[in-house]
Amino acid sequence: MKARVTVMLKSGVLDPQGKAIEHALNRLGFSGVSDVRQGKVIELDCAETDQKKLHSQLAEMCEKLLANTVIENYAIEIRPS
Amino acid sequence: MKAAVVVFPGSNREHDVAKALERASGSAPKLIWHGDAGLDDKYDLIVLPGGFSYGDYLRCGAMAAHSPITRDIIRQASSGTPVLGICNGFQILTETGLLPGALMRNASLKFASRYVTMRVEATNTMFTSRYKAGQELSVPVAHGDGNYFADDETLDRLEDEGRVAFRYVKGQNPNGASRDIAGILNAKRNVLGLMPHPENATDPLLGSTDGKALFDSLASAIS
Repeated sequence: MKARVTVMLKSGVLDPQGKAIEHALNRLGFSGVSDVRQGKVIELDCAETDQKKLHSQLAEMCEKLLANTVIENYAIEIRPS
Repeated sequence: MKAAVVVFPGSNREHDVAKALERASGSAPKLIWHGDAGLDDKYDLIVLPGGFSYGDYLRCGAMAAHSPITRDIIRQASSGTPVLGICNGFQILTETGLLPGALMRNASLKFASRYVTMRVEATNTMFTSRYKAGQELSVPVAHGDGNYFADDETLDRLEDEGRVAFRYVKGQNPNGASRDIAGILNAKRNVLGLMPHPENATDPLLGSTDGKALFDSLASAIS
């Protein structure tokens, strides 16, 4: 199954890259854009076929490596292939 | 002193810190490649040098924090062996959980490479005993991700327990770090992580010798 993990800085943690993107968008004339946040997307191809098991495996991967839970949140999506 | 400097792919200040340690203690540390057979118990100081281990992939220090040799470092740190992490070494120590918090992208988004002034906040440690409390040091920084972050509860605990070892003086914070924190200790005070490079302030030719006392402190504590 294919999985996608999205890692974002927690709200309340300053995201200077998001702020820089927001300023650049505003400068380009895209007004009305605010709270821009930048994160990471990690795609994985997994052998596990049981969705529930895969979800708990992915959560463990996030806790151990993919995200730094001091500053980041993660979201897991699973797409049966 | 039998010191080990652990080298990962992308480490680049291992020779600088080895030189500083050798000058202070009279014995050259062993440089240990991360992929060689682990780290046995015969060392009385473990150093994680500056650099860009694993190209800063995923997050600074994240890959090195899960390298097999790091399991040995965690085990030995937990049993009391002194561990010093400088710059990327500090980032690795936070990623392993040996030190709390995280080092985020500099608030300016710019790589900071210059001398800054930091103050010694804790002198009752084996890393800082040769400094005077409140002493101000001129030391170089060279990092893009030195913005120390921790939640308020953690920051309060660090302050209450006297675990902020070094703090940038007002107006000198190069990265936006919470409460101007430049370096912190673990609860047992045998693990120190800091962003500035004391090893590069150990010779008049380099512009400052203010980092020397850190290595002298270690040499006299361990010897």
